[in-house]
Amino acid sequence: MRGGGGMLRVEGLRIAQGDFALSADFAVERGRRVAVIGPSGAGKSTLLNALGGYIDIAAGRIEVDGRDVTDAPPDKRGVAMLFQDGNLFPHLTLAQNVGLGIRPALRLSDAETAKVHEALERVGLAEFADRKPGDVSGGQQSRAALARVLVQAKPLLLLDEPFAALGPALRIEMLDLTSQVARDAGATVLMITHAPEDAERADDLIFVEAGRVDPPRPVADVMANLPEALRAYLGR
Amino acid sequence: MARRAQPVSPWAGIIAAGFVVAVVIAAFVGIGQRIETTTGLRAAEWQAVRFTVWQAFFSALISVVLAVPVARALARRRLPGHTLLVTLLGSPFILPVIVAVLGLLAIFGRNGWLNTALGVFGLPEVSIYGAHGVVLAHVFFNMPLATRLILQGWQSVPAEQFRMVGQLGLTPRMVFRIIEWPLLRQVVPGAFALIFVICLTSFAVALTLGGGPRATTIELAIYQAFRFDFDLGRAAVLSLLQLAVAGAAAVLALWILPPIALQTGRDRAVRRWDAPSLWGDVFWITLAAGFLLLPMLSIALSGLVGLFYMPFSVLTATWTTVWVASVSTVVLLVLALPMAAWLAQAKWGGAEALTLLGLVASPLMIGTGWFILIYPYVSPTAFALPVTALINAMMALPFAVRILLPPMRQVFNDYGRLSMGLGLRSLALWRFVLVPRLRPQIGFAAGLTAALSVGDLGVVALFADPDVATLPLQMYRLMGAYRTEAAAGAALVLVALAFGMFWMCDAWGRRHAAG
Amino acid sequence: MKYALTLAATLAATTALADTPVLTVYAGDYFTSEWGPGPTLETEFEKICACDLEWSTGDLVPRLLLEGERTKADVVIGLTSDVTAKARATDLFAPHGQDNSALTLPIEWTDDTFLPFNYGHTAFIYNETTMDAPPASFEELLALPDDVKIVIQDPRTSISGLALVLWVQAVYGDKSAEVWESLSDNILTVTKDWSSSYGLFTDGEADMVLSYTTSPAYHMFAEEDFTKKAAIFPEGHYFMVETVGKIAGTDQPELADQFLAFVMSRDFQTIIPTANWSLPSALPQADWPEGWSELPLPEKVLFYSETEAAELQADAIETWRAALSQ
Repeated sequence: MRGGGGMLRVEGLRIAQGDFALSADFAVERGRRVAVIGPSGAGKSTLLNALGGYIDIAAGRIEVDGRDVTDAPPDKRGVAMLFQDGNLFPHLTLAQNVGLGIRPALRLSDAETAKVHEALERVGLAEFADRKPGDVSGGQQSRAALARVLVQAKPLLLLDEPFAALGPALRIEMLDLTSQVARDAGATVLMITHAPEDAERADDLIFVEAGRVDPPRPVADVMANLPEALRAYLGR
Repeated sequence: MARRAQPVSPWAGIIAAGFVVAVVIAAFVGIGQRIETTTGLRAAEWQAVRFTVWQAFFSALISVVLAVPVARALARRRLPGHTLLVTLLGSPFILPVIVAVLGLLAIFGRNGWLNTALGVFGLPEVSIYGAHGVVLAHVFFNMPLATRLILQGWQSVPAEQFRMVGQLGLTPRMVFRIIEWPLLRQVVPGAFALIFVICLTSFAVALTLGGGPRATTIELAIYQAFRFDFDLGRAAVLSLLQLAVAGAAAVLALWILPPIALQTGRDRAVRRWDAPSLWGDVFWITLAAGFLLLPMLSIALSGLVGLFYMPFSVLTATWTTVWVASVSTVVLLVLALPMAAWLAQAKWGGAEALTLLGLVASPLMIGTGWFILIYPYVSPTAFALPVTALINAMMALPFAVRILLPPMRQVFNDYGRLSMGLGLRSLALWRFVLVPRLRPQIGFAAGLTAALSVGDLGVVALFADPDVATLPLQMYRLMGAYRTEAAAGAALVLVALAFGMFWMCDAWGRRHAAG
Repeated sequence: MKYALTLAATLAATTALADTPVLTVYAGDYFTSEWGPGPTLETEFEKICACDLEWSTGDLVPRLLLEGERTKADVVIGLTSDVTAKARATDLFAPHGQDNSALTLPIEWTDDTFLPFNYGHTAFIYNETTMDAPPASFEELLALPDDVKIVIQDPRTSISGLALVLWVQAVYGDKSAEVWESLSDNILTVTKDWSSSYGLFTDGEADMVLSYTTSPAYHMFAEEDFTKKAAIFPEGHYFMVETVGKIAGTDQPELADQFLAFVMSRDFQTIIPTANWSLPSALPQADWPEGWSELPLPEKVLFYSETEAAELQADAIETWRAALSQ
């Protein structure tokens, strides 16, 4: 058994960016869907970017799936991440974009091509495989990005509000699809959100404020007993 | 804070830059070995330094100032022939010096079209010779380049911003303040510095249109020291002086350059809701087109007659030239792409000044230095063409990097994290992301290099093999043998070839532009 | 590795041609181009020498200075009188071994290192159809109205430009500065090399161009255009000569001597006029090609020896520069 049940372990993490500092110490259980919530500028994106390996950390250790990935490059950390925008290359077709998730080369084997189409079908984009991102709707772009996450098959999925620009119904739909995709892949999910109703669809909740990261607690517990700061943030 | 990981390893770029530096330093070392006595700098040379800086400053200033309204007009209007005009904008820059001078004189000279027209209306003759002539010629050469660089900046403004302008009903003055001024501050200092440096190294144009020794530049003094006085010490000192002036200009430009602010937008065709003055734009486009195209037209007309007198050897020379230009272009891309990637990811872009080395260190200096170095081992004649190709590529390097850098930064900004997350690196990243995203700029840079290489006489003249001639060399030989008409024909072939190669690369870039 | 291969290939090629010795002659670029005398001379010489004549082009003196003792040249052709001093100082040259008395130059030639093979004089060329009153003397040239424009070459970058400042020096001596000042209104512009100047003239941009007394010959005999004339001045014209020299360390001394003898031969001398558009150095006027003896030539010839020229050169150029920079 790897990692003693902790899918993601963050130990003594410290990030310094000019005046801003963030520290975190927490673990996430395998298969959980964790909402990361907190005011703007609290450090939610910084935390996820650090977990993804996109920014330098000053100190600490990050373990994913029982493996120390503190110094690993973004693609070797067992992490897939969706950003607010720029999740697809506009000059490549949806199929090519998804294909890059399997192998950073566009010449795929027949089995791999089949996998790409399976993933596109899974998110309802089978007939859009040869379109470019600019030719499909925002929701369809999000689906294509999810299809890629599916083929990437990473144990940890980080969402930095990729669906923020979608309408409420579509956003909920995409979050559900994400949950299904994650469940199919057996992946753990960390997602930043501003909407309490989104947070309530998660299993656990991490509250981030002014560079301080609270360890995850079950959503039901938190909602039943809102801490002062979170209450202020939610306006309740 | 330093970026933790970079999508492209900076090492390839650093090695490319190191290579350029090494080529120049080695040339200095070669020359240093043979310096015996030197007379040092004389009063006349200090006067040359002053004139050089003066003319380069005004040439660059006027080129850039005129390029702004032209680029703006081209950015927001699509008049008939738009694409052709934008392509033609690359052409004056690549003309061989003597061809361009004769073309300009056909329009602005004593018997030129302008003075003929003035004469018809009984107006006094206008003389092109003098400091203003030098500036006019340099503007002719470089304004189109400035226009393309600025136009590129204009086209990088996301469509969303212009949509916002339309929505808010902003006046042109407000558009200028909110969108265009910040944009110009990003683009203009770089373009200015580049043109300043090209004009620094001008020599035959400055002398001829400057009307005499008043218009002596440092480059002429270098030429004199190398070829006439054979005073290698003075030549080296003057070369260093030229490097210092260019370096100072580059540092100044980078200092003026504001911190890079990137703007994210989607790939959408720009539709403009501002642009009130149609006639203003038409005026600027027509003026620029006339100024640039009339001399070209006169070159074409005088060349047509000469085509019949042209010897067969011009065709063989054409083949050699195509070969040299192609090699130059490949060398350029091998140097420029990694360097641009390195600089695009660097926090401080100051290292871009290194790209200027090849342009400022006079080709004569590099050629002579390398001649001294390789002569003991192999015949320099055998290396005439490869060395010419290398030096041409190095001369084109600053332009290529300037063209590639801003969009490269944008690509790293927009797709850097995504690429890293997917493990796209080195060749895969170039293939699937950078090359497709930067295709228009790569095409433009490659075209510019190919054309520059076609038009440049280069160091091939220093130690040419009599049986292997490039087109410009053949053209000069024809002129030197009284065959003025045949030379005009060769010039036309040369211009057509330069333009053809430029067009091929540029069109390749724009046809399949990512989107 | 590649170098070794090239070397091997070169050796192989050399062995194959072992029975044909190679004579390497350095020459100016214009000389060996297909419009210069090079190709014809090569054919003619190879008929008599049982050798392979190879031209190697470039800047002669800078190249010799760079190469020094290791030079591959056996013979150097095209050294003008203003660079012979520098060439002599390299100590690379051997006596030419030809009889100077066979020369037919308008001046006496005593140099036994550098052998003249052609000559000409500086002159201003004009088009008689567009110029009503061409100057008949240097004095008249100075008195030309301001709207008559002349294009000249820069003495710092061009041999003919240098000859011009020496010409003015030879005619006017200490008054050179005033001469340049009075000429400055007529000087349209100064170009880097002869070709550019001549291009401006043929394009009609300038009324007169600094060139050679032999320039009209090209238009007459190659184009049948008789409108281009050289203005001949009684004050005299500056003499310009091109020479050939033998490298002392040559590995083909016999061939080199044979080439120098060839230079003095009738074959060589009759090729020069129409191939190089200049006057032959060792051919009586009666033997010049048809029409050439009718070419107007100056009565008086001015010339500085290389030592005199070397002494005067820097000051003469500075006088020119200072006067035209005002």
